[in-house]
Amino acid sequence: MLELNLLLIFMAVGAIIAVENHNLLSSVIAVGAVGFGLCIVFLLLGAPDLAITQLVVEILALIILIRATLAKSVPETYRGRELHSYVITVVFLVAVLAASFFAFQSLPKFGYPIMSVAQTYIEEGLQRTGATNLVTSVILDFRAYDTLGEATVLFTAIVGAITVLRLKGRKKLSEEDKA
Amino acid sequence: MRVGMSPIVKTVTRVAIGIIFLYGLYIVLHGHITPGGGFAGGIILALVYILYVLAFGKEEAEERLSKSWASALESLGALMFLAVALAGFAGGYFFLNVLPKGNPGEILSAGLIPLSNLAIMLKVGSGLFAVFLVLITFSVVIRKEEE
Repeated sequence: MLELNLLLIFMAVGAIIAVENHNLLSSVIAVGAVGFGLCIVFLLLGAPDLAITQLVVEILALIILIRATLAKSVPETYRGRELHSYVITVVFLVAVLAASFFAFQSLPKFGYPIMSVAQTYIEEGLQRTGATNLVTSVILDFRAYDTLGEATVLFTAIVGAITVLRLKGRKKLSEEDKA
Repeated sequence: MRVGMSPIVKTVTRVAIGIIFLYGLYIVLHGHITPGGGFAGGIILALVYILYVLAFGKEEAEERLSKSWASALESLGALMFLAVALAGFAGGYFFLNVLPKGNPGEILSAGLIPLSNLAIMLKVGSGLFAVFLVLITFSVVIRKEEE
């Protein structure tokens, strides 16, 4: 558990650096450090599927973020916070932490699921689906409906991005502005 | 004007790109045996094309896989996943694994799961590559308009 706590501290420090840094490129790199730390956390907890996915998504997101950061000059972020906004932040943080402290008291111990459904998947997953990777047998067989919804969300997001950022409509709009 | 990065990057990219592509295919095709699956493998395949864009420039990458082809492949993947889901009606209900299960541990096992992995690979990989192409085209246009 010690290495897990060290990694969590590392990720928290990286997140704080990413927020407080005024250089955008350094912020993006600090966010990347947080993501790769999360990848190692997944590996230590015995979730290689999640670790692989986290790693490749992190690389993709970092490339896009770095390109977007280097591509154009972004205006200075707002500095000089007032005292009362600090006070509001601290009060909000304390309230959330206290609430989550009492909420986590009632949760089952780490690694012991509260529902018995997972036990069925672990025991019968191999015979009923024939897949040796239990995670795949859950997301593509027992819970495939969830995966269909997730795929639909991604599809809608990509179609929306392609539609909003298409070039044809933009050209027409700028010509109308000139006319 | 010289497009893309230096000759060193281009040569290394030419060597590495096939190996990364094979690794992505391995992650997808062995998704039901070892850790991985359609989502992670699809992103690796998208990263292969993004690496090509970064090293050789957008025009040369679009000769390999253009934006319209990428978004067509994405729609094909989504339809294929739906078809896999509807194939369950052959045996009774939505998403029923109708194909024979086979021996656990072999590539041709687990019924419909490898097919779903392939569909998700097509959808995620080509979709993310299309978004990347659209984003960089858009940023170039914005920069030109600002000048």
